[in-house]
Amino acid sequence: MSSLSSATTSPGGRVVRVAAGQGFWGDWLEAPRRQVEGGDVDYLMLDYLAEVTMSILQKQKERDPKMGYARDFVGAIESVLPAIAKRGVRVIANAGGVNPPACAAAIREVARKHGVSDAVRIGVVTGDDLLPRLDELIAAGHPLANMETGEALSTVRDRVLSANAYIGSVPIIEALAKGANVVVTGRSTDTALTMAPLRHEFGWKSDDWNRLAAGIIAGHIIECGAQCSGGNCLYDWETIPDLANVGYPIVEGHEDGSFVIYKHPNTGGRISVPSVTEQCVYEMGDPRSYITPDVIADFTSIHLEQAGDDRVRVFGITGRPPTDKLKVSIAYRAGFKAVGTLVYAWPDAYQKARLADKVLRERIAALGLTLDTILTEFVGVSATHGRLAGPANDPPEVQLRVGVRGTDKASVERFTREIAPLVLNGPPTVTGFAGGRPKVEEIVAYWPALIDKSVVTTTVEVLT
Amino acid sequence: MKVRLLDIAHARSGDKGDTANVGVIARKPEWYPVLERYLTLDAVREHFRGVIAGDVERYELPNLGALNFLLHGALDGGGTLSLKTDAQGKVYSTALLRMVIDVPDDEAREARLPGAKKWPSYTRSHRE
Repeated sequence: MSSLSSATTSPGGRVVRVAAGQGFWGDWLEAPRRQVEGGDVDYLMLDYLAEVTMSILQKQKERDPKMGYARDFVGAIESVLPAIAKRGVRVIANAGGVNPPACAAAIREVARKHGVSDAVRIGVVTGDDLLPRLDELIAAGHPLANMETGEALSTVRDRVLSANAYIGSVPIIEALAKGANVVVTGRSTDTALTMAPLRHEFGWKSDDWNRLAAGIIAGHIIECGAQCSGGNCLYDWETIPDLANVGYPIVEGHEDGSFVIYKHPNTGGRISVPSVTEQCVYEMGDPRSYITPDVIADFTSIHLEQAGDDRVRVFGITGRPPTDKLKVSIAYRAGFKAVGTLVYAWPDAYQKARLADKVLRERIAALGLTLDTILTEFVGVSATHGRLAGPANDPPEVQLRVGVRGTDKASVERFTREIAPLVLNGPPTVTGFAGGRPKVEEIVAYWPALIDKSVVTTTVEVLT
Repeated sequence: MKVRLLDIAHARSGDKGDTANVGVIARKPEWYPVLERYLTLDAVREHFRGVIAGDVERYELPNLGALNFLLHGALDGGGTLSLKTDAQGKVYSTALLRMVIDVPDDEAREARLPGAKKWPSYTRSHRE
């Protein structure tokens, strides 16, 4: 089923508009509603999952089997319900986390509460969660080796919290074809959330590598929300207007694979060749090989041109067939960490902070704490750029920031008790300890791996 | 002529595991060849020596007027393992733009590169 009715025709041919409403879990709560109310759009795309989000969700699900998805999504859906129910806007989100069915149930409840149950058809994509199958997969000869270190997963198997295959556009398209107007997935790739509706609407074939790659790059450009429309933009940042009212990006997709990035009128921010270029290079590896489950996109084929105020046209993109593997995001328990901070004031703030660090380290050594790493930073001097920052010229204040990491929880806990005493028994003019003792955090580390595509099967269900 | 990257380029950085990437973009298309020629792999390696633990890779994107650098071992393990303030490499962008590169005078004039100013202290080591 295609939804020709939801897209519009322009002098340049039919277009499909996909609006980005969340760039990560924790992004601006106002953005989804502003994207559907600021002008006509066909799809609202919400990206909630970062690399370690799945493990946080897995912990929540262990405590309560009805949890394990991005809770913010429920509020987002509530804020855009009129657009879904009355104006035919469709929503695609990877908010399902490690529990897409529970996420769907929560959305259903919100629709019922507002009396629009009939108008909300939820498509649920599952099959990315490999945790229940992990031992079976390892036994069948899938080592799930760490892509960075080459180590076999068996070395940390007993500490694994979550394991999810990154899945592509196919199941999302299946849900749309079955009539879903809210599609909830687990660990879909961020870019598939944008490429899928374009592919669905234009009927791009599964081997139309250039168009599929264009859809992926459209997704890459808007997957971080306002980061392509003036947010975090270094180029002439001081001239970017009205960030308080920043417009999130929208893809205006064309059948030939070209597209325009724009934002709603009367919003702040800026969409320009420099702002879009900055997002193009964000988190980039080898630009010729941006690998996704659907296609390998070539970032050296991207052409950008300014096509009016706050409009950038993107064209010329090429792609090639994908590999026969899927990336797997695995999270495992990797010890504990804590970070303590104190602020030292002028004069000689840096020297005082350095002395405090020395004292702290002597005490840690005297206590015999078992720590793998102690990292000291001097915020205001060298925390972000190290020696490249040049010499400290007696700054008005310096924050001493000491982090520790280790597998012995008791040692990390003991470290957190050594910060506050420095206020009275260390160097002078120290403040900024009102937050209390540092918190001990369990480290949930990321283990990227590959698996044969053939062993991952996705399932699509549309709730009616 | 000495040219500070910050004056001829902009940049954005991010992370992938323990690797930070910095995309460096010419502020004007006609300045890209200067970056391509003089912002070399060796120069960037030298710039980040002692700041990152691993090697550097360099990729060219002439279509975007950009170079992409991968800085390995830049994030104290990266992601949730990292104890760094900048665990996700968000501000390596301007750490790279601190670089001062040498461009032959005639090329600098032809490309109308800004500034023959002196940039003395952007890369000098701390006196501890």
